[in-house]
Amino acid sequence: MLAKRIIPCLDVNAGRVVKGVNFVELRDAGDPVEIARRYDDQGADEITFLDITASSDDRDIILHVVEQVAEQVFIPLTVGGGVREVADVRRLLNAGADKVSMNTAAVNNPQLVADASGKVGSQCIVVAIDAKQVAPGKWQVFTHGGRKNTGLDAIEWAQRVAALGAGEILLTSMDRDGTKNGFDLGLTRAVSDAVSIPVIASGGVGNLRHLADGVTEGRADAVLAASIFHFGQHTVREAKEFMRSQGIEVRL
Amino acid sequence: MKIAVVDYGMGNLRSVAKALEHVAPEAQVIVTAEPTQLDAADRVVVPGQGALHDCMREFLARGLRDAVERASRSKPFLGVCVGMQMLFDHGEEGDTAGLGLIGGEVPKFSSAMTAGDGSHLKVPHMGWNEVEALRAHPLFDGIAPNARFYFVHSFYCAPRDAADAVARTHYGIAFTSAVARDNIFATQFHPEKSAAAGLQLLANFVRWKP
Repeated sequence: MLAKRIIPCLDVNAGRVVKGVNFVELRDAGDPVEIARRYDDQGADEITFLDITASSDDRDIILHVVEQVAEQVFIPLTVGGGVREVADVRRLLNAGADKVSMNTAAVNNPQLVADASGKVGSQCIVVAIDAKQVAPGKWQVFTHGGRKNTGLDAIEWAQRVAALGAGEILLTSMDRDGTKNGFDLGLTRAVSDAVSIPVIASGGVGNLRHLADGVTEGRADAVLAASIFHFGQHTVREAKEFMRSQGIEVRL
Repeated sequence: MKIAVVDYGMGNLRSVAKALEHVAPEAQVIVTAEPTQLDAADRVVVPGQGALHDCMREFLARGLRDAVERASRSKPFLGVCVGMQMLFDHGEEGDTAGLGLIGGEVPKFSSAMTAGDGSHLKVPHMGWNEVEALRAHPLFDGIAPNARFYFVHSFYCAPRDAADAVARTHYGIAFTSAVARDNIFATQFHPEKSAAAGLQLLANFVRWKP
């Protein structure tokens, strides 16, 4: 049976992994290659890098990071952040990424999803959706870290990008992100049930129960978390052992 | 030893080459589209990502057909993902003629497949699934029974001759996840992305004397 995936996410700024506490203070948390190897050793199913480098001068640094990680870590790597055109997708894949995630660029230009998946294949294209609840049972797509409402309905947008050729959706609840109160399970389930491509749940994980709930209640195909792994609260292996104890199929 | 990774302009070839270098540091791993290089290599790997019709088109445009067919008859040969699908007669994706080195079709997973709990199975089949060996093969040496490998695909290989199937995997249906015949071995999963089990399979390929 196909296993549910656990994906640690690393924020990378100018080639270094950074940890933020409630997005205020960014602290250097080390070398991306070393941290990716540690998660691989713990049994991570994939690793996602989010490039948050602000300066365009430093944009190419992520390519070197991906190259170095891909030489030593033999599990799938997803890279997102700053992807604007098909050429950006190509550069990241050539550096060793297996999947490339796009967010704002897809909202601004949905055709990019079709163009990119047409060129490199759907399996390489992840569309990241940041959603906020606007009414009971209704969520809209936000950009700019949750500050800008696009007016798009999150479920309709998910269906649209799937039809355009996205191979997977990375779904983040902006209401839950950073709260440690667990995934928005209503959002996760609504999107997962609405599309035929895999959905990764993200935003709000504070304990292992939350990860399991994302799969059982949210029907996510994979769960993504950052802080519970970064701060040494839990290893990926502990997370998998807990999920298995809840009857969830995992790779252990 | 010289290992040629066939480059026809599609997907992430670097990962396959890096994984081979990792398991065979003494080998010379070359990523090439030169037929003469394939003839000169001791082992040949055909990776593949993306759509079958795009892969076949690029493959044929680079004049690789004859050299790959020669390699498939004469030296250890490994196909991965679309590199496995290309070996078959015909693919549903884009109604594409394959190389016909292994008899059979490459149909698409039905989007109506359901899991045990009644929920719809997602297509592509993406993630880590169990690979059940149907018979012993040197490329499975040292790999636990039903070990998990990383898959990402929407189409699967259906060999006409059941003897060509060497492993199967369950996703809504039981499908052939690896084939083996003489010096050909091919996997639907990605050994280069399958952590320790995948590296073991690649190490076995490097040592394989069919």
